[in-house]
Amino acid sequence: MLGWEFPPHIAGGLGTACHGLARALAAGGVEVLFVLPRALGDEDAGGVEIVGADTAAVSDADLPELLPVDAALQPYTTAAAYAPAAAVAEAPPVPRGRYGGDLFAEVARYARRVEELARTREFDVVHAHDWMSFPAGIAAARAAGVPLLVHVHSCEHDRSGPGADPRIVAIEQEGLDAADAVVCVSRYTAERLRTHYRTREPALRVVHNAAPPHAGRGDDARVVEDPVVLFLGRVTYQKGPGYFLEAAARVAAALPRAKFVIAGSGDLLPSTVERVAALGLARRVHFTGFLRGDDVSRAFDAADVYVMPSVSEPFGISPLEAVARGVPVIVSRQSGVAEVLPSALRADFWDVEDLADKILSVLRRPALGRTLAAGARREARELSWSRAARAVSALYEEFAG
Amino acid sequence: MTSVVLYFQVHQPWRLRRYTFFDIGRDSAYFDDALNVAILRRVADRCYLPVNRLLLREIERSEGAFRCAFSVSGTALEQMETWTPEVVESFRALAATGCVEFLAETSHHSLAFLGDRDEFRAQVAAQRTTVERLIGTVPKGFRNTELVLHDDVARAVEELGFDVLLGEGADHVLGFRDPHRVYRPSGCERLKLLLRSYRFSDDIAFRFSDRGWSEWPLSPEKFAGWLAELPAAADCVGLFMDYETAGEHQWADSGILDFLAALPRALRAHRRFRFATPSEAAAQAAAREVVAVPGVTSWADAERDLSAWLGNEMQRAAHAALYELLPAVRACGDPRVLDDWRRLSTSDHVYYMSTKYASDGDVHAYFSHWDTPHDAFIAFMNVLEDLERRTRRPRTARRARTAGSRA
Repeated sequence: MLGWEFPPHIAGGLGTACHGLARALAAGGVEVLFVLPRALGDEDAGGVEIVGADTAAVSDADLPELLPVDAALQPYTTAAAYAPAAAVAEAPPVPRGRYGGDLFAEVARYARRVEELARTREFDVVHAHDWMSFPAGIAAARAAGVPLLVHVHSCEHDRSGPGADPRIVAIEQEGLDAADAVVCVSRYTAERLRTHYRTREPALRVVHNAAPPHAGRGDDARVVEDPVVLFLGRVTYQKGPGYFLEAAARVAAALPRAKFVIAGSGDLLPSTVERVAALGLARRVHFTGFLRGDDVSRAFDAADVYVMPSVSEPFGISPLEAVARGVPVIVSRQSGVAEVLPSALRADFWDVEDLADKILSVLRRPALGRTLAAGARREARELSWSRAARAVSALYEEFAG
Repeated sequence: MTSVVLYFQVHQPWRLRRYTFFDIGRDSAYFDDALNVAILRRVADRCYLPVNRLLLREIERSEGAFRCAFSVSGTALEQMETWTPEVVESFRALAATGCVEFLAETSHHSLAFLGDRDEFRAQVAAQRTTVERLIGTVPKGFRNTELVLHDDVARAVEELGFDVLLGEGADHVLGFRDPHRVYRPSGCERLKLLLRSYRFSDDIAFRFSDRGWSEWPLSPEKFAGWLAELPAAADCVGLFMDYETAGEHQWADSGILDFLAALPRALRAHRRFRFATPSEAAAQAAAREVVAVPGVTSWADAERDLSAWLGNEMQRAAHAALYELLPAVRACGDPRVLDDWRRLSTSDHVYYMSTKYASDGDVHAYFSHWDTPHDAFIAFMNVLEDLERRTRRPRTARRARTAGSRA
């Protein structure tokens, strides 16, 4: 299994998903060898064998030019934003090699190391998560003569919309074309792959991600008494922060006590702050910056409703994190999570009036928020990693039998 | 003799449009006329008109031996009168044969009995008037919305002068008693209670088109054979179902129309059966036993209770908010406000908010035009808020405004 991050060193949902799936597969009797660009040794392995491509038994003579891959690599980063993002990553800083700032070189280097590793290990199938591991997956599967399964957690068209990087799209296309089977995290994503990558039906399977365990509301007293509407996620094109603000302006006009929290950072943060000022909402909208750990929980605990107005969201784990903390959620119809959460309100991301109506309804009708939270809790219980692992094992059997 | 009582419920609600917070105070057109007329037209063409024709033909062919009953809600009658008057005409023609009884219910197919007893009586009176005006008969029998049954319902219905009440033959009410007998509701002097035989009714209403059912396909002869196994002392078999079952819920190609057409002849082969209207069946049976219904029952879902209407917090909040508004609606004296309130009292609106996702959830999804139950709640509560504002509007301003917006 090839992936880019593994807890605790994660930047987003991908690492969490790889972790949950790999561990559940291991628990179900599948031997999983998980190859990261660089293993730090403190990964939460739980039955999964974790190997860093940099520590693979590849001699310097074979690959004389290589340096350890920077663990700050993360698939949410566009090539353009790669350098600044690396500066705030959680992993300990590592010395920069001559490829340090070039994402595509890192991807290529990972692929070559994994290919070498593939010649020294035995395995029945290669399972590669998202585009950065696709070249490595293709190389490893070819070297070992085993089937390739690619797992799409998001595609470039989701992340960047019209600003999609053609180089990344090309890598994705190559991986999807080379794969014997494609797993996507939602029917929504499957449809995107059909449309944008012409991926054909027999190879395309949907396996939804799992939900985090229920944690309930925190005991801490509420920071603010006023109703709070939460946006939590990267402040990027994909997450639709602009639509959140347009809806917030309508809610603010109708409900003068309402407050809004934008938790997260990203390339649209500066323009989002400017837009808040332009809308006259400076005193109503609060920015927290990037949150981690307990701060995320506190943000949920302070919220009366969580809104995810994503333009395109292959799955969307954050709404399930909100559900786990007992917060009612409103999600974009253009999301995978909407498929597994009947007790989420849904709106088209661009329909800011509908979004505002739904936010106002949750804030003004306690019965609605409670029904949503209780229903979503039941629905989230059905979403386990062991269920996803069973589906993936069945695919392994089918293709690698 | 055992009476076979075939009764069909006909109902169409005034479905709400997506009414947002931003419509409150600005737009008091709540109902989705385009959707309502489209659904009525479709059901009229697939069910009301063809099945009415079939029943009329069967009555004529059997020279009156075939009999049945209807309850057509006031909201359905109002829509038919406006958009499909030929359907009203065809019901009127059935009534004119003297073989088809028309029952009364609340005009707005409401849960008024649970919400406000005065409103319940007012809606029953309104329905009597409407049935007399459009169908040409005065109802003597009564069925409450979704066959909601309770001892208090029975007493109120007797006070209102009805002779027979239709209810659900729920196991938890009857216990060891047989649903195929005519009973006296507890606390009543005169009123007789006819119960739905849920097993035989659901064979037709739900299982008929289920290809996974071990008895599929169900022939009229086989069904008649099942009825013939009932004890000789059985007073009646209540086959109560939604009329739309015949041609709309179960598509015509399932053969349900042919089944219904052949059923009278198959039953006549067993000489112990005769078709009867509810009033006839009640008049012919003695009602020796009293049955008490201290808790509320209905004909819906596996639980046969009110959980489909008032099962979750949203539904209870919406129902409570609706009836809390009623005094203000009456006090404001504006008939348009009262009319809109009554359309909101139709039980379908809270039914759309049901979050029961088990096997019954499929039925709910089929009947709802909303994406989610929560969307139904949001629109309903927004509408209620606008209605509440209208009750507070000064009369002169209100007159000018509603005249303008309705023009």
